[in-house]
Amino acid sequence: MTRPYDLIKELAIALVGTLALVVVLAAVLSSPDVPSVTIRSWAQQQPVDLVTTATGELAGTTFSAGYGAPYNGGSDAVQSLGFFSPQAWMGTRLPVDSAQDFVLKPLQASSAGNPDLTAALSQYNDASDSQRTAWLDAYTKALQDAKADNGLVAVAAGDYGPLPVMMSSLLQIARAGALDGYLLSSGGFYQTDYTRPLLFMGDGTYLSSLAEDQHLLGSQWGMMNETGNYPGQTWLWLYTLWYQVPPFNGNANADLMVVVAMAVLSAALVLVPFIPGVRSIPRWLPVHRLIWRDYYRGGRSASPTARPAGGATSPPLSTGP
Amino acid sequence: MSDDVAPDSQVPSWTRAVQQRLARGLPVERLLPDRQPVYVGSWVYAFGVITIAALVWVIASGVVLAFFGPQWWHTTSTGRFFNSLHFWSVQLFFVFMVLHLWGQFFMASWREGRAPTWMIGAVIFLVSIVAAFTGYVAQQNLDSQWIAANAKDAVNASGAGGFFNVLNFGQMYGLHVMLVPVAITFLVVVHVVQVRMRGVVAPIEAPGEGAE
Repeated sequence: MTRPYDLIKELAIALVGTLALVVVLAAVLSSPDVPSVTIRSWAQQQPVDLVTTATGELAGTTFSAGYGAPYNGGSDAVQSLGFFSPQAWMGTRLPVDSAQDFVLKPLQASSAGNPDLTAALSQYNDASDSQRTAWLDAYTKALQDAKADNGLVAVAAGDYGPLPVMMSSLLQIARAGALDGYLLSSGGFYQTDYTRPLLFMGDGTYLSSLAEDQHLLGSQWGMMNETGNYPGQTWLWLYTLWYQVPPFNGNANADLMVVVAMAVLSAALVLVPFIPGVRSIPRWLPVHRLIWRDYYRGGRSASPTARPAGGATSPPLSTGP
Repeated sequence: MSDDVAPDSQVPSWTRAVQQRLARGLPVERLLPDRQPVYVGSWVYAFGVITIAALVWVIASGVVLAFFGPQWWHTTSTGRFFNSLHFWSVQLFFVFMVLHLWGQFFMASWREGRAPTWMIGAVIFLVSIVAAFTGYVAQQNLDSQWIAANAKDAVNASGAGGFFNVLNFGQMYGLHVMLVPVAITFLVVVHVVQVRMRGVVAPIEAPGEGAE
C-alpha cells in the first residue's frame, strides 16, 4: 500500500530550511579565526624560548631533530607495534636537518655584510664535535636562567664560543620576520609547504602555550575542539577519546595504536551488515518500533513489499538516501 | 534503403545497451517517485535529504571561498561571512549525516540486498572526515597550525606522512577544494542511485521481511 509523496518538494524545503538556518548561524555567530602565529611573533613574545629551541636544534635535542621518518634518520618519534612499523618502513621521504635547515642555513644566508656573524659561523663550523658539545651544553644550561632584555637574550657570563653571536643574529632576523621567509623558502619563488617552519615552531613551547589557552592540547580533547567557543571536529570524538584512556594515554606508540584501532573500527562500520551480532542489534533494541511506530501501532496489513502505482515491478521507494 | 538492413532497434549498440540497463534498473518513476509505502512516515527519513541539502550549501559556499582564494576570508567581512556559511553548513552536514547513519542503523537498512548501500554510506562518512580535516588544516590560522603540528604524528605513525603531508598547505588545500569534494559528490550520487534502485527497507519483522 502506498501514499502520495512529493520528493522534489521535500528536497526544496530541505534546501531552503538548511540555507535559512546556516545564514542565521553565520550572521549571528560568525566563525572562528584566531590569527596564525609567526616566528616573528614568537621571537618578539618569547625570545628566550626561541633561542633555547634553536640551541636545541644545534644540539640535536629537540623533537624534530631526533624525530625519524619521514624527516630524518632519528628514532625518537618512530612508533611500532612489535614488528609492525609502517613509519620506519616508509623511510625518510621529507628530509629535514633541524640544525642546518632551522639555524645554520638561515644564519649563513644572512651573514653577508656581518663580519661578526661570519667569524662566529666559521668558528662553529671549524670546531670539533666535542668542543661544540661543550659550548652547547654550557649555553643550554645558561639559558635556563636567561632573561629577555629589550629584544635580546641575556645569559650569565661563560664559555659559549660563538653561540651568543649566532643566537643573537638568529633572534634579530627572527624578530624582523626574515626567519619566516628563510624556513619557508625551498629555492623557488612560490611556496606552499610549511613543513619546516611548523616543525621549528612545534619544537618550542610558544605554539603549545597558545594552543593550551585555546584548549586545543591532546590532553584537552584538542583534536575535536576549536578556538574560542565554537564547535570543532566533534565527529572525531571517538578518535580523541582513545588518547584520554589507558592503554593509549601516555604510551609512546599511542598514535599508531589509535590509528590501528580506528582503522579496525572504521572497517567494522563499513562491514556492519556482515558482522554477526552487530547486525542484529537493531532487532534487539526497540528503536525501530519508535521510528515505525504508526506501522506497529496500527498493526497495518500493508505489505511492505507493496509496489507503488506505476511501478509494478519496482520495490518500495525511498524519500531520500 | 535495402530490405536486408536491420531495423534500428535490432542493431547492436553500446549506447542502446546502457539505455536498456538504465530503463530496467532505474526507471524514472523509481528515480523520482511520487508515492511511498505507507510506513514511510518518520522524521528519520528526512535526515538523508537534509544531509544532502547541507552538502549543497557546503559546496556552494566552498566554491565562493575557493574562487577568491585562501586569504580572502581573513581580510574581508564578506569573506568572513562566506566562511561562516561554510563552517555552519559543515556542522549541519555532519549532524544530520550522523543522525541519518544512526537512523539507518536502528532500521537495519542493509537488509534485503541493501548492504552495498550501507557500505557506500559509511564510506561517505569516512571520506567526509578527511574532507573536513583537510579543510581545518588549510584554514591558515592558529587552529590549522596546531592541528597540523599535532596530527602529523598520527599520520606519520601510519606510514602515510611522506605522501600525505599535513604540514604542506598546498597539498591539503588542493585535496580539500578539489579531489575530496569530487569523491564525496560521486559517492553521494552512487548512494542515492542505490537507494532509488532498492527502495526503502521494510519495517523489521513485517510480513515478508527478509534476511539481514
